Amino acid sequence: MHSQHLDRYSGIKSPIHGLSAAVKLTAAIAMILAMVALPIGQAPYLAVPALILVAAGLLSRIPPRYLLRRLLLLEPLAVGIAVMAVFQPGGVRLMVFLVARGTLCLATMILLSSTTSFSEILRVFKTLRVPALLVTTLALMYRYMFVLADESHRMRRARMARTFTRDRRRQWRILGTVASQLFIRASERAERVYAAMCARGWQ
Amino acid sequence: MHIPDGFVDARTAIATGILSAAGLGVALAHARKHLPPRRVPLLGLAAAFVFAAQMLNFPVAGGTSGHLIGAVLAAALLGPSAAVIVLSAVLIVQCFVFADGGITALGANILNMGLIGGVGGWAVYAAISRVIKGLFGRIVAATFAAWCSTVLASIACAGELATSHTVPWSTAFPAMAGVHMLIGIGEGVITAIVLSAVWQARPELSNEAAMSAPSGTYKPLLAYGTLIALGLALFVSPFACPWPDGLDKAAETLGFKDKESEQRAIPALVPEYKMPGISSEGLATSIAGVTGTLVVFGLAWGLARVLVPRKSQTPPPSDLA
Repeated sequence: MHSQHLDRYSGIKSPIHGLSAAVKLTAAIAMILAMVALPIGQAPYLAVPALILVAAGLLSRIPPRYLLRRLLLLEPLAVGIAVMAVFQPGGVRLMVFLVARGTLCLATMILLSSTTSFSEILRVFKTLRVPALLVTTLALMYRYMFVLADESHRMRRARMARTFTRDRRRQWRILGTVASQLFIRASERAERVYAAMCARGWQ
Repeated sequence: MHIPDGFVDARTAIATGILSAAGLGVALAHARKHLPPRRVPLLGLAAAFVFAAQMLNFPVAGGTSGHLIGAVLAAALLGPSAAVIVLSAVLIVQCFVFADGGITALGANILNMGLIGGVGGWAVYAAISRVIKGLFGRIVAATFAAWCSTVLASIACAGELATSHTVPWSTAFPAMAGVHMLIGIGEGVITAIVLSAVWQARPELSNEAAMSAPSGTYKPLLAYGTLIALGLALFVSPFACPWPDGLDKAAETLGFKDKESEQRAIPALVPEYKMPGISSEGLATSIAGVTGTLVVFGLAWGLARVLVPRKSQTPPPSDLA
């Protein structure tokens, strides 16, 4: 599967990967909550989570370049909202604070997601008595989203191999057709998955 | 529109968390009772589909690009309760696997895109497709509803940011609503193209969606309506009274146009509520807002004309069920 690279390092071995998912989840949520609860203007205190993150990042044996690249990809989301904060009294300081805090929160979640596989997180959900229907939906979604992403890549490649023009008006139509084909294939796959689940004694 | 961590304060995080957990709980209970077991895997696959579809970008003015949210798309294909589950699943996976959308903002994101976008959009869709019949009517309704859901979700998002004192309402509101009135058109166009292609290729899928719509049971709809109304009352209406300055108003009125259709779904709550947009000096902007909404509706109409072949615009009798 080509799209699997989106979730590449959650399966490797390291002291951080070895911790139980519940511990990591609790720690990450606690740290984010602490940062969220931090009053605006107490920026120096953000150094504490920053140091913890750097230490955990180094211990996790994930290439720092990979973590930084993921952070850079998501950074526009945080900066985009923070920029809107400028337009009020004391806005620039607030913006700097928000960018710093948002970045650290993002880094926490990136580290959590690249050291913990989603199926472990689902197991935590299960022990927390999250309804079974939601857990099943999440598990199936995680199982098949890379498959469908690959499928849409294949469709795009097939289209590019067959069309030679870049027509702006057609672009919309093509986008819609690809998406509708994707849904039809997904619903057909759902039928097959159901048959397979029944064959294995589901419910 | 995925809010990251650090922009929603603890108070707002808890309130939105409670609202969206309640909404998701209603959806799960409703699905457990009425969803045939055969369709359980479809929830997961539909969530995977929405995830993949969100990766498709479309061009918006000025070199920027937006991506599909898929709230109305999911609601029209699967019904409102299934859509809430599907959209919540997408947001949970995006949060825990890709760090896209924060964990403390998860409640806000589910409230905005799942409940307000999904169920609110579905209410607009259901109301219009009841008036205009057939495939043509469903496409008009879905296009318009997709636009409404995007704009409404962005307004709720602006309200949550402003309530958290991170971004002032006077900036957040015009920025979010303005951008998403454009993105919403893209959302509407793609929703229309996808739905018309799916329903024409697989007519049985539209019948199934009609069956999964809770036509007989009002309880989940009442619950969703109450939760959405609570969310809007908490995060949007405090800002609606001290009016932001002139330019913002046109868009604001547009926002309240959508809210009207929310109220129709929950008649019990209407009498208490006064439309803040109606005032003598707001009359001109109200007219501007109505015009804008009508333009989008006309766009939806024209698009459906293009997408739906003439012969299927008059529905066969079997289609009315």
